[in-house]
Amino acid sequence: MPMTESFKVWFMEWYASIAQKFYGCFIEDERWRFLWDGLLVTLEVAFFAVIIGVVLGFLVAIVRASYDTSDFSGKATGWRRLGRGVFRVANWFCKLYLTVIRGTPVVVQLLIIYFVIFASFDVDKVLAAVIAFGVNSGAYVAEIVRSGIMSIDKGQMEAGRSLGFNYIQTMWYIIVPQAFKNILPALGNEFIVLLKETSVSGYIALGDLTKGGDIIRGRTFEALMPLFAVALIYLAVVMVLSAGVNKLERRLRSSDH
Amino acid sequence: MTTEALIRVEGLKKHFGSLKALDGIDLELRKGEVTVIIGPSGSGKSTLLRSLNLLERPTEGAIYFEGVNILDPKTNINLHRQRMGMVFQHFNLFPHMTILRNMTLAPMKLLHETPAAATEEAMRLLDRVGLQDRANAYPSQLSGGQKQRIAIVRALCMHPDVMLFDEPTSALDPEMVGEVLDVMQNLAREGMTMIVVTHEMGFAKEVANRVIFMDEGLIVEEGTPKEFFAHPQNARTRDFLSKVL
Ligand SMILES: Nc1ncnc2c1ncn2[C@@H]1O[C@H](COP(=O)(O)OP(=O)(O)OP(=O)(O)O)[C@@H](O)[C@H]1O
Ligand SMILES: [Mg+2]
Repeated sequence: MPMTESFKVWFMEWYASIAQKFYGCFIEDERWRFLWDGLLVTLEVAFFAVIIGVVLGFLVAIVRASYDTSDFSGKATGWRRLGRGVFRVANWFCKLYLTVIRGTPVVVQLLIIYFVIFASFDVDKVLAAVIAFGVNSGAYVAEIVRSGIMSIDKGQMEAGRSLGFNYIQTMWYIIVPQAFKNILPALGNEFIVLLKETSVSGYIALGDLTKGGDIIRGRTFEALMPLFAVALIYLAVVMVLSAGVNKLERRLRSSDH
Repeated sequence: MTTEALIRVEGLKKHFGSLKALDGIDLELRKGEVTVIIGPSGSGKSTLLRSLNLLERPTEGAIYFEGVNILDPKTNINLHRQRMGMVFQHFNLFPHMTILRNMTLAPMKLLHETPAAATEEAMRLLDRVGLQDRANAYPSQLSGGQKQRIAIVRALCMHPDVMLFDEPTSALDPEMVGEVLDVMQNLAREGMTMIVVTHEMGFAKEVANRVIFMDEGLIVEEGTPKEFFAHPQNARTRDFLSKVL
């Protein structure tokens, strides 16, 4: 059986070379640490950026949705007039923020924040990345939340106000909980997008997961293995996140009546 | 002074752009009175009702509640609204909360009632409308008639001085109209001050102390149900009544 014999030899050689490459990429000099440390940085940046994004997104969304649904008819005097003025300015700034952030690439925003805005401070790269991705994500979250708020029947706001709740209380107790349930899938999706977007952090020489794989590639001159490893890790994290979002969604839906 | 009006409306106007939804309304409402407002679609009935608790901000005029002009910027609108319950055509229950929570949220947060006290009060009111067994249900599990009865007692939990009803039975299947009107009639009997926009002429005849007919943003005619239905003075009133009776 010469055929099987030669296949066996080929297979042994192939296996040996794979094992050697694997050893070179991940085991030798503890290179797996680049991936592990990189993953931790990626998760850290994504986690804190999400928090900034959600807080910022909700604030901007509430200003925008309130502005779009307010009644500016009737004359205003004194404090009410001043309130309207402040409100107009706030709405204008929110609109500007949304336009600029959604109209420019996130890499450019990251570079500007690190090399321009924080140029004269010795700021931690992780912090710069958290701020850049948080501010970026906030713009997308804001539009998701705004559409969620606008999708709630306006009778809900009127019912809340007619009981005597003020605007903020009605938003907090009545509108936002309902909107949140509706937008959860879109928010979950936004977090997954954000996690993947942090892969450009290497532009400010931040050692995230992607950068970790790239460092291994540079040291070993082996591209396939470290890059596939990076891709697999992202995929695994994204799948865990999606499963989590799905579970939360199901739980919320089962309490939906 | 028992004749002092609880609510007095003077020269009230509400314009939406060039549309004059209210074109100068003068009105006085006394405590314990049940006023029914009727009129064709678009005549401004809802706008008038919603102006009374400032869900619409009037363009011009004054609304005095116990002598205080609520259009004065210094008046606390939220406190005013606590004293004016409102029931909507489409119930507007909070779908993410149980019936009990729908009823206790505002008294707990705004009147600072204890959970126990708010719950006790809510259960007492639920009992009155025969829905005590639905306390832990969600709005979507109720029929339209049940939802509207809940909406009424939810408003009552705030101990309002006045109740506003905007076509409370118009979204209901015919067989459920009666159960809601019964609750409203009982409320009237207990002396609640009520302003009701409705197409239920039977309710107007039986329960109202006063009937107001509106058309094109104006009060065209008003009177006691007896004189109003028996001898309508205005041609437009007669025309409208001939269509609905
Ligand atoms: N928010 C608004 N913007 C513009 N126009 C409005 C608004 N609300 C009401 N209107 C208009 O004002 C007029 C009076 O409306 P209103 O709802 O008070 O009538 P109504 O008597 O309650 O009618 P219906 O019996 O159909 O409920 C109508 O022509 C209506 O289209
Ligand atoms: Mg109406």
